[in-house]
Order: sequence, then structure tokens, then C-alpha cells
Amino acid sequence: MNTAYLGMPTFPRAAAGSVRDTRLRANLTHATHTIRDKRAAAVAEIDDWARLRQAGKDIKDRTLRHLDHYLLQTERAVTAAGGQVHWAADADEANRIVADLVRATGEREVVKVKSMATQEIGLNEALAAEGVAAYETDLAELIVQLGEDLPSHILVPAIHRNRGEIRDLFREAMGRWGRPAPDTLTDRPSDLAEAARLHLREKFLRAKVAVSGANFLVAETGTVVVVESEGNGRMCLTLPETLISVVGIEKVVPTWQDLEVFLQLLPRSSTAERMNPYTSMWAGVAEGDGPRAFHLVLLDNGRTATLADQVGRQALRCIRCSACLNVCPVYERAGGHAYGSPYPGPIGAILTPQLRGLQSDVDASLPYASSLCGACYEVCPVAIDIPEVLVHLRERVAEEAAGHRRERAGVRAATWLLDHPAAYAAALRAGARTRRLQPERLRLPGAAGSWSASRDLPRMPAASFRDWWRAHRARPRDARHGEGGPGAPPFREGGEAR
Amino acid sequence: MNGSRDLVLARIRTALADVPTAESPGGHPVARAYRSAHTSEDPAALRTLLAENLADYRATVHRTTSGALPALVSELLAARGTRTLAVPADLPPRWLTALHGVELVRDAPTLTAARLDAADSVLTGCALAVAETGTVVLDAGPAQGRRALTLVPDHHVCVVHADRIVASVPRALPLLDPRRPQTWISGPSATSDIELTRVEGVHGPRSLECVLVEPE
Repeated sequence: MNTAYLGMPTFPRAAAGSVRDTRLRANLTHATHTIRDKRAAAVAEIDDWARLRQAGKDIKDRTLRHLDHYLLQTERAVTAAGGQVHWAADADEANRIVADLVRATGEREVVKVKSMATQEIGLNEALAAEGVAAYETDLAELIVQLGEDLPSHILVPAIHRNRGEIRDLFREAMGRWGRPAPDTLTDRPSDLAEAARLHLREKFLRAKVAVSGANFLVAETGTVVVVESEGNGRMCLTLPETLISVVGIEKVVPTWQDLEVFLQLLPRSSTAERMNPYTSMWAGVAEGDGPRAFHLVLLDNGRTATLADQVGRQALRCIRCSACLNVCPVYERAGGHAYGSPYPGPIGAILTPQLRGLQSDVDASLPYASSLCGACYEVCPVAIDIPEVLVHLRERVAEEAAGHRRERAGVRAATWLLDHPAAYAAALRAGARTRRLQPERLRLPGAAGSWSASRDLPRMPAASFRDWWRAHRARPRDARHGEGGPGAPPFREGGEAR
Repeated sequence: MNGSRDLVLARIRTALADVPTAESPGGHPVARAYRSAHTSEDPAALRTLLAENLADYRATVHRTTSGALPALVSELLAARGTRTLAVPADLPPRWLTALHGVELVRDAPTLTAARLDAADSVLTGCALAVAETGTVVLDAGPAQGRRALTLVPDHHVCVVHADRIVASVPRALPLLDPRRPQTWISGPSATSDIELTRVEGVHGPRSLECVLVEPE
């Protein structure tokens, strides 16, 4: 994975800023709660959800275990249908393949369907460096592009913006990219959508080259599937003469029949609809209908490294529905930008560090960007055990990354203390006696400071449980009865909010 | 094709060292214990469910009979103020017999997007419809035209014959050819990108009218 988000701070630092942004938190809370409730209702409509989920997981696992076989089958089927297949080992290679294909057409602009894969490889920036303008045509992606911003949600990339911000942005920036927004533009969503419609229709009608990703690739038939709502996808996929689709190698499903599982799982998990408004499917090129040239770029970019980790591999089952983002208490407060990657939220916390490797501070911090509450696993339509992978990656960070000597020393000290009951009791008593002097937070120096700075210390109880028990067990039962105050168990006080 | 093909395939094989060499792709089980439909497959019930689900996603639904279809088509276009109508080259001529004063634009590979953009409405049939999800599927087959035809005009009237309605997605896929270009349509174009407020009509047709043709 390349460095499209280079310079991002680690998750705790980025999140510290975003949790103080009250407007961002209000936008996010509204959006995530709305969609999570709708999703629950859409899922409850069909009573075999658990079985569909199991089938989705099984199909993806089968595919991943024999990925070479299915990719070769895909290549044969796409080629037989008149498409051309290219293989890209990393982001740079994928960008070069796309840039060369665009240049070969003689065009200097492309229209784009929203695609996580092209976001991941930084395609727009790479094309700009080659003098090719890439126009995002999904409404949310357009908002992000006009704002020179970064996406913050997999499904709704501009979820962090409210209608007033979007109106200001359209008025200010649309004219620089093409047809300007009307001066009278209001902040009503229907007016904003209309301004985007007029702005983009010009581009659709003149575009000769389009770039997309794909939601699914069917190995046995070479069928490519793109799922969307606005119709911008259909515009890009059918009107231009050349279509280039950049698709992660994990997007393959073996058979046409397998779509019956994913076309049920994805819309309900993602937009909480029985079915999304538009699904486009094609295999290679169709005579007289749609693009005359079709190129499929199969992208590795860290996916094979992810595949090699037997615990982490399950992240490649992800169908990018974003249900895990909408239920995550950490995402809801920190926002998508804090994850420093096109893949935010719980899935981003396991996918990004696996695709990019754990070397950088940002990526090593991501497996810790979670409370491990497990809500993400509950809603995942392909049953990715995100908490399991998070814990596994934390172990890898502790083993591989530097700077964890103090943590290990701390664990060794704690182990010794727990092995020596007398010393443990003495330490607890010392802690209880000095409780009034203890600070609310520790301010540790160096690397440990990033841990201590965001955590309140628990308040010490007046007595340890052992001391309390010793004092009370000896008393007669009736003497204790009805007694409050000093006789109450010590943890009550310790558990109180300060 | 390029050198990375072998590189990526080699990386995959190395990564999968834990998968037993004797395991075939089919050897890893897939539990298909899910339902093939979630609803009664009684044809009348399917028509009603399709109508409900289409309407729920803001498509307008009309129910008619084959004999009354031309008059209804004419009425719908008149209500819309349609003067130019795009149609597939092989649209059944009978559907158009009640039209007056409407210019027809016949689909052909040479018909440009700009010309389509100037059409007020488009009238097509469909390959099939899925009742549970409120979806019509077009596969460039009879009475459907190219994909662009139903995309560019702002108003799409889609005729669904009762015998083309299936209960569910698992019932639909075996009836479709995966090598044909397909468009699955569930309601008009919509976005929820601004504060998750649903807005109909962004780039595709803003109005979708489905005409269910009931058995006589």
C-alpha cells in the first residue's frame, strides 16, 4: 500500500483532535445512529440472515484458500469475453498501468466511479502527475474532491460534512472544476444533489475514458459487478469508449450462483436497503453496447502479505459494506480521518496495518484503536472476527515493533507482585493510604506518555478487598445487616465516577 | 499482461502454504443452508409484493392488463408532458398504438448520449423482476435496448409482464446470462450522501414508473 496518507499522526494523536470537534461528532453521531438502526431493521426482515452470513464467510474462505486458481479462471473468462487483464504487484505499478492505458487513448481526463481500491493506491494524484484530470462522480466523493479533503467513511466518504458546509464548498469550488454551482444554491440536500447532477452531466456526456473498481468479480464467467445508488456508476461504466477497472485480488467469487449470497448481504448491511438502486454487471465487452475496450487491473498491494497471516487473512473477506463503522463507539467519536487510511473504522484498524505493514507509527497504533467491544463482529455480514484480529495484531506489534521494552518490564514487575502475596498486600495498603495524594492521571515520560495521557487513573478504594474481608468476615451476620457507610464493600467507592 | 502476474501468483502460493496440497477448490465446504425465497411464490402474491416494494423505493407502480397497456402508456407519457420518447429498436409496436404527437427516437449503437439526453422519456420492457427486493432487471434482451437507453433520459417507464416476476435474488440469477450486460434497477436514482437524507434523482432517471401487466 502506498503513501497516500503520508504525514498522518498516529491514531491517538489524530483522535485527540477530532473528539474535540463538536460539529464533527454531531454529524457522525447522527449519521451512524440513523444507519445502524435502519440496518438492523433491514436485516431483521429476512429470517435466514445467520445462514446467509455463514455462506458468505464460507464462499470467501474457499476463494481465499484457492485464490491463484480463481484468479487464473477470472483471467481466462475476462479475456474470452474480449477484455484485457493486467496484474499489479503494488500501488505504483497499478497507477502506471492505468496512466499508460489512459495515455494510449490520447485523452487527458477520466471520469471515476467511487472506488476504495483507487483511493488506496492514490490513483487520482498519480494521474494528476501525468497531466490527466480524474473527476470523481459519486456525490460524496465529489464533495471530498472539491474540498481537497480526505474521505472519512467507506460508504459515505463525506459523512463528516453537513449540508451548510457542502453548500459553501459547492459555491466556492465547483466553478474551478467545470460548471459552477448556481449563486442561489441553498443547503437543501435536493438542491445540492441537483447542482451535482448538472455539474457532472457535462462530464459524463463528453468522457471517453472511465475508471472504476468493482464489488465482485465472478471467476467462472468473468462478470464484473458494481453496486451503487446514484447512477453515476452506470454513466461511467456504459457511456465512455474505454473502461478501466482496478480490482483487489480478493474481490473474486467463484461462481455466478455465489452472487445470490452477496447481493443479499451487501445492500442490507451497507445502506440498509433490500437492494441498492443500481447494480451493473458486464463481462468483457458487448458488441454495440457500452465501452469498446475493457481493461481489468488485478491489484495485490499488500493483499498477499495479508493472506499469509493465517489469523489476519479473514480481513480479505471484507465486502466493504461499512456496517462495522456505524456501530463502532471508537469510530463514532474519533471520526474516519483519525485512522490515517482510506479504510477507517474497525475494518480499517485490521486491514490497513496488514496491507501497509506494521513498520510506521500510524500503522502500529491502529490495532489499538478499539475498545474490543465486539459490536463490529456482530454486524459483519461475512463474520470477520475483528476483535480476534486486533488482538493478534497487537501481539505482532509488541513482537515486531521497537519501544515495547517498558511494557514488557511492567508486565514482568506485575507478574512478580502477583506471585508474592505479602508484597502484593503491602503494595495495596500503601496505595490505599496515599489515595488522597494520587493524581487523576499519570504523566509518564516518553513513549509511555501516549498511553497515560488519554487515561484517567482508577480511584483507589479506602481498603483493599482482602483487608475489608478480614474486617467483616469475623463479625456476626446480624451485626452487618443494615449497616451502611464504613461497612460497605470498598469497590463501590472505587467504581464511582470522579 | 506483465511480469507481475507470476510474482503475484507466486506470492499467493507462498502465503497459502498452510492449505493442504490435496485440497481442491471445491474441497472447502460452503454451507448453503439459506432460503431460496423468503415469500410465498403464489403469482398474485408476488405481483402485490413487487408493487409494494417498488413503491417503497419511490417507483410509481401501475397495474393493468395487456389490452389496456397502450392506452395506459399514452396516458403516462401525456401526464409527464413527454414529446420525445426513446424506445428500443425492437419494442412491440402494439405498445405505441395509442400515442399521438410523440416523436420516437429508436435505439441504435449510433445514437449518441447527447441525443438521448434530449429525450423526455424512455419506454422499455425488462428481462425479469424480483418481488422481494423491488427490482427490475434489464439484460439488453428483447424490448430493452442498450444500457445507455434507460440511463440518460430522466423518466423511465418499464413494462413488467406478470410471467417475468420471480420471488427472490436466488430465483433470478439462474434465469439470467452472466455474459450479457445487465442493469438491476430498484427504484429511481437516489443518494443519501448529504446527512443521510435520501434524495431521488441524481444521475440516473429521476422518475421510474413500472407498469405491471396482469394476466387477462
